[in-house]
Amino acid sequence: MDQTSTLEKVLRRVAISLVILFFMFPIFWIVLMSFQTNETILRVPPSIVFEPTLSNYVALITGRLETQAGTLEVNFMSNLWNSLFLSAGSVAVGLILGIPAAYAFGRIKFRGSEDIAFTLLSFRFAPPLLVLLPLTIYFQKIGLADTYFGLIWVYQLIVLPLILWIVRGYFEDIPADIEYAYRIAGHSWFSTFRKVALPLAMPGIAAAGLLAFIFAWNNFIFALVLASADKQPVTVGALAFVTASGIQYGQVAAGIVLSILPTLALALYAQRYLVEGLSLGAVKG
Amino acid sequence: MNGAVLRLENVDKFYGAVGHGVHAVRNVSMDVGKGDIIALLGSSGCGKTSTLRMIAGFEETSRGKIHLSGREVQTLPPVKRHVAMAFEGYSLYPTVNVRDNIAFALKAQRLPRSAVNAKVAEVAEMLEIGDILERMPNSLSGGQQQRASLARALIRDANLYLLDEPMGQLEPQLRTLLRGRLKHFIKERGMTAILVTHDQTEANALADRIAVMEDGVLQQFASPAELKERPANLFTGTFVGEPPMNVFPVSVASDDGRLVLRFDGGQSLAYPENAFAAEVRAALFARGQVVIGVRPYAVRRSGTGAPANVLTNQWLGDQSHVSASFAKGTIILVEHDRAHVAIGDRILIELSPADLHVFDPESGMAISHGRELA
Ligand SMILES: Nc1ncnc2c1ncn2[C@@H]1O[C@H](COP(=O)(O)OP(=O)(O)OP(=O)(O)O)[C@@H](O)[C@H]1O
Ligand SMILES: [Mg+2]
Repeated sequence: MDQTSTLEKVLRRVAISLVILFFMFPIFWIVLMSFQTNETILRVPPSIVFEPTLSNYVALITGRLETQAGTLEVNFMSNLWNSLFLSAGSVAVGLILGIPAAYAFGRIKFRGSEDIAFTLLSFRFAPPLLVLLPLTIYFQKIGLADTYFGLIWVYQLIVLPLILWIVRGYFEDIPADIEYAYRIAGHSWFSTFRKVALPLAMPGIAAAGLLAFIFAWNNFIFALVLASADKQPVTVGALAFVTASGIQYGQVAAGIVLSILPTLALALYAQRYLVEGLSLGAVKG
Repeated sequence: MNGAVLRLENVDKFYGAVGHGVHAVRNVSMDVGKGDIIALLGSSGCGKTSTLRMIAGFEETSRGKIHLSGREVQTLPPVKRHVAMAFEGYSLYPTVNVRDNIAFALKAQRLPRSAVNAKVAEVAEMLEIGDILERMPNSLSGGQQQRASLARALIRDANLYLLDEPMGQLEPQLRTLLRGRLKHFIKERGMTAILVTHDQTEANALADRIAVMEDGVLQQFASPAELKERPANLFTGTFVGEPPMNVFPVSVASDDGRLVLRFDGGQSLAYPENAFAAEVRAALFARGQVVIGVRPYAVRRSGTGAPANVLTNQWLGDQSHVSASFAKGTIILVEHDRAHVAIGDRILIELSPADLHVFDPESGMAISHGRELA
């Protein structure tokens, strides 16, 4: 490593910077847009120089959208809250149901276990609308349409298979003998699951939870069909920015920035567990 | 129940459906008394680990019964069996250091910290791992992990200790040292242990009795001396002992009252009437065709006997290993002095009746050892 020449180091830095720039540029641009009015955004040619304004954020937080056609009500903040609640709720339910199931699928080989696990995964392959349309009718009949409970239930279609399959892999990678060593020392099956299997699978659980949260957060179609305005997440709520007098790019950008924040925070938090997973890598050896 | 700590009764293990899957352990029965050290010896894949795992309760017992200290346990979970185990793959808890790995079970028993520390120190010192107690498992060498795993098993208070190749990763010097200490440790505490090993010297040195397994079948369960002197069948005869026993098919004929063994290559050895007990003679004549086995150190060169041609002659520092072509095969001789024979030399070989093991060619079962019936 110490053999690398200065030139090589510089070139490497430049290359990495280019890659970062390429991937970060849209986000960077959106952040810039969120501090501009529609006029400065749409001017030709575009320019980086502008007078920053917080008006977009103010509009979103107060819920009053000023357009040329007049003032519009947007309930962006409640959408954001809905997103948070739906995603967190779905992931929580998904983890509670998915982790024990993943453990069972990973550890106990029973007849048809492979088929059941695959069937669960295959829900991810079906076009969502195919599932949604009949579901809507049922949901309306039994009163689950337009409830948080019903939505979180439907979100399991996205969340559960993901958690199940990721976490199962992690459980399978823990040598069974580590658990046996613990059990033989006088511990029950359940305390072994809690004290040995769970902590060792933590990086997998963190990764699965994070991914599931992002998938749930980005979901559009389920909430669009099944939820009315007061239960809608930001993905659906953002439609409100397409107004009669054009698209409110500034507010859209501010909305995006605000809705990235929770996921970003979660990712930073989960990173701890994800990295811990790497240092546990030797378990698999 | 008698005083046996462990009793296996017609135990079978199938991986997969009973009667269809891999038949890893076949109808094994054995008794292990209190304070015994048993070595489980056998080639790779013969079912040693499977047997231990059934005893510990990690694998379902497909058929048969397992008694531990008089209780029938084959359906009980591991936690109720009171056995300790050192795993073939070590299986240390990766999240805690070596000390906590070793002390885990004691902590679960809520022993006072000072007592735990004293016990850990004692076992660690015995196994020469006192200096790595604060290290994490993934920073250890294979041999260190193995000893930590062994320590974790030995420190427990259990009715039976199952040690799956506990010293396989160690260099010969350390192995020899630890072997002695381990035996002392186990015997001093009156512990009962089953130890899997591939090392016959280790089995001989440590074990009161050796269980030889092959193909899932318990071939013989006997003391080291008996295993050597009275192998129950061709398999144990050839498996136990280094270099392995010489084995030749022979036909039995009588010549003027003498018993003549005729080898495939045309050579023959004749034995006077009183060389074997009458029942042995009768059994050999009745069979007509048998397989004889003779240990390399029992093969003698002499002025008379059957001819053989020297193929190799190796001096190992304390003994000579000579191989010679004999009876369409190869015979190996071990001599404790330097053997002054050159490649190509013709030697005459004598097999004393006292050293002959005779086996049935079909079943492989022993017919006689030396002058007496098996
Ligand atoms: N989980 C399993 N599923 C299917 N077959 C298995 C399983 N575990 C072991 N076997 C088979 O059972 C037989 C006995 O295996 P076992 O591990 O008991 O051998 P062993 O005597 O301990 O070998 P080694 O000396 O290599 O450790 C082998 O043929 C093995 O392939
Ligand atoms: Mg094994």
